[in-house]
Amino acid sequence: MAKQSRLEVWKTYKNYVGGQFPRTESGRSYAVKNAMGKTIANACQSSRKDVRDGISAARSAWSGWNNRSGFNRGQILYRIAEMLEGRKKQLSDLLVSQGYTAAAANREINRSVDRLIYYAGWCDKYQSLFSTVNPVASAHYNFSVPESMGVVGMLAPANASLLGVVSLIAPCIAGGNTCLILADQEKPLAAISFAEVLHSADVPGGVVNILTGYQQELIDWISSHVDVNAVVCFDQEKADWQKIQENGAGHIKRTFQWNAKQMDTADGQSPYFIMDLQEVKTTWHPIQTIVSKGGAY
Amino acid sequence: MATIKKWEYSPAPESKEPAAIANRYELFINGKWVRPTSRNYFNSINPATEEKLSEIATANEADVNKAVQAARQAYDKYWKKLPAAERAKYIFRIARIMQERARELAVTETLDGGKPIRESRDFDIPTAANHFFYYAGWADKLNFAFPNKKVNSLGVVGQITPWNFPLLMAAWKIAPALATGNTVVLKPAETTSLTTIKLAEIIQEADLPPGVVNVITGAGQTGAWLTQHSNIDKIAFTGSTEVGRIIQRTLAGTHKKLTLELGGKGANIIFEDAPIDQAVEGVINGIFFNQGHVCCAGSRVYVQESIAKKFVQQLKNRINTLLVGDPMDKNTDIGAINSAQQLKTIQSYIKIGKAEGADFFESDCALPKKGFFCKPSVFTNVAQSNRIAQEEIFGPVLCILTFRTDEEVIEKANNSPYGLSAGIWTDKGARIFNISKQIRAGVIWANTYNLFDPTSPFGGYKESGFGREGGLQGLQPYVQFVKP
Repeated sequence: MAKQSRLEVWKTYKNYVGGQFPRTESGRSYAVKNAMGKTIANACQSSRKDVRDGISAARSAWSGWNNRSGFNRGQILYRIAEMLEGRKKQLSDLLVSQGYTAAAANREINRSVDRLIYYAGWCDKYQSLFSTVNPVASAHYNFSVPESMGVVGMLAPANASLLGVVSLIAPCIAGGNTCLILADQEKPLAAISFAEVLHSADVPGGVVNILTGYQQELIDWISSHVDVNAVVCFDQEKADWQKIQENGAGHIKRTFQWNAKQMDTADGQSPYFIMDLQEVKTTWHPIQTIVSKGGAY
Repeated sequence: MATIKKWEYSPAPESKEPAAIANRYELFINGKWVRPTSRNYFNSINPATEEKLSEIATANEADVNKAVQAARQAYDKYWKKLPAAERAKYIFRIARIMQERARELAVTETLDGGKPIRESRDFDIPTAANHFFYYAGWADKLNFAFPNKKVNSLGVVGQITPWNFPLLMAAWKIAPALATGNTVVLKPAETTSLTTIKLAEIIQEADLPPGVVNVITGAGQTGAWLTQHSNIDKIAFTGSTEVGRIIQRTLAGTHKKLTLELGGKGANIIFEDAPIDQAVEGVINGIFFNQGHVCCAGSRVYVQESIAKKFVQQLKNRINTLLVGDPMDKNTDIGAINSAQQLKTIQSYIKIGKAEGADFFESDCALPKKGFFCKPSVFTNVAQSNRIAQEEIFGPVLCILTFRTDEEVIEKANNSPYGLSAGIWTDKGARIFNISKQIRAGVIWANTYNLFDPTSPFGGYKESGFGREGGLQGLQPYVQFVKP
């Protein structure tokens, strides 16, 4: 009998919903394997009910998050970046266990941290850039400002298990939205570990909700839910993209397909991703006109 | 409360002559007027008299193909190669000719659609012309509109317009599409095709290259063929949420871009500190403008409980003074309902409202014997969950609900699948900024209602659609970002 060494403590990977880490209500799990085909964790195989819980958590959190100042959201996004920087080792080990080379893992994490900081800076600036004062021909003051859409359903891309999730979350919450994200089915562990980063970074519970599970099982529930205002995914199979858009038609959802390849480049970040998830509100108000002999003021 | 004295007005009819409506209209494809492949024509009638105005070609699938092909050819051959400043000059020309032919267009619009001549003359036609004038100027300035991006046109766009503001909606669609360098196939609503056909005449007169704008007429099936066409790059639709859903489903999984401007159930909120006379006028304008055939109509009034009684009485008095009747009379406030079908829809909602237990009041005015008319009416004692408070009636029927606190009215106003417009009447600036921020709607009118301007973006939240028309924001639906 070999000499006994200390037994390693394995981690249970769970969903992240409403600021807590519950297991799926369905009690189901599926095996997550490493590059060698060995099981390294059992992830939650989330159900329709989990999707509904996640969306309802996102809806509850939306009003508070939307009403935070851009400055405050920026502080929190920056804090997420700080927390991620501090957990590089954990995330890197995880990515390597899922088939990344050490160099690739390092690169992906650095890019993710930098992307968060990039969007942290946008939180109180995109509004100035994309607002207008409109010179209407009548005596009215008229202006248009971007506002968050509300709750966004998101499907994380394959093969960018951390950067993909960050590239979805950051522009979404920078703009005052809340979201439900389905992690990549094969490599969900980085997404769930990123939830721990969010949790420790003062992101209010429910602003970001992350589920693991089978995309084919959950795609319909996410894209057809009445309380989801927009759906974002990356290069989906044509049939899946069509399904998302068809489901979205039921409640006139906004649907976007972002380019996964682009995400790994400088073009993967832009205020236009924030603007994809914004509505434009235009407000009119009369201007007093007092006309006397000498003119008007 | 004393009722307002009724004034007698002598008739002040506008002449029909300036409309110069032909007996028959063909399809406008590739710069020419062509007979429809089907050889079929449908009648366009005057909803105020039920008399036939003209007959109009029905475009079938083969005609839609021809129009799309013409637009594609025009895009490749002329339009995308034309310097942007030259493109602008063509669009300016259109605006100018519209101004010159304004009276003809106004009279035609009123004869064809039933709206009061005062509205087509003072609102629809000038605003439509101004829209072309506004977007013309954008054509050579697009790279200023999108910071750090270079943009290109999309190609061929298919556009479908509704019957409530026929010419204005055609302008909202065509002007930004042309300014951004796209070519167009447009289908107007079948009950109101005439001013769009006249716009095609104007475009021909302005000497635009053939095929840059094509107008195909017909009913819903013609529109369906257009949305299904594979050689189109974008669809822009204004109409009902029901049809919007079908179009969104049709386009699912394709490369086609989409913007939708759909239904609404605008909340018009009256606080106790509002200037009440102005608020009453604002509510009247909010619901009875264009017979209530307005997607952003203020059809749900929320009035603060403390002033509700006084407000409702004053509103009813005012409703009794509205002049309902001949749309061609320059004094008319409320003209004809656009079609027999729409009149039926409105009447069925009035029945529903009564059955739901709301109190019904309608003007004591007399209605003309012929034509499609509906008395302006109000439901009071309406519950938030009533169908008349949730569904779009699209007619001169107002629902009045009450509230006590700001929080309550925000919640009630947002309790709707729609999110197109809202009104707020109060003397408090801070309250306007708070309420207008909390309301989920694309257009907020504070101490005013139903105003439109080419520079001002218009469009909805939630099931009222997506994309904006008007202003700088109205350019984006018609461009794509390209590598600089």
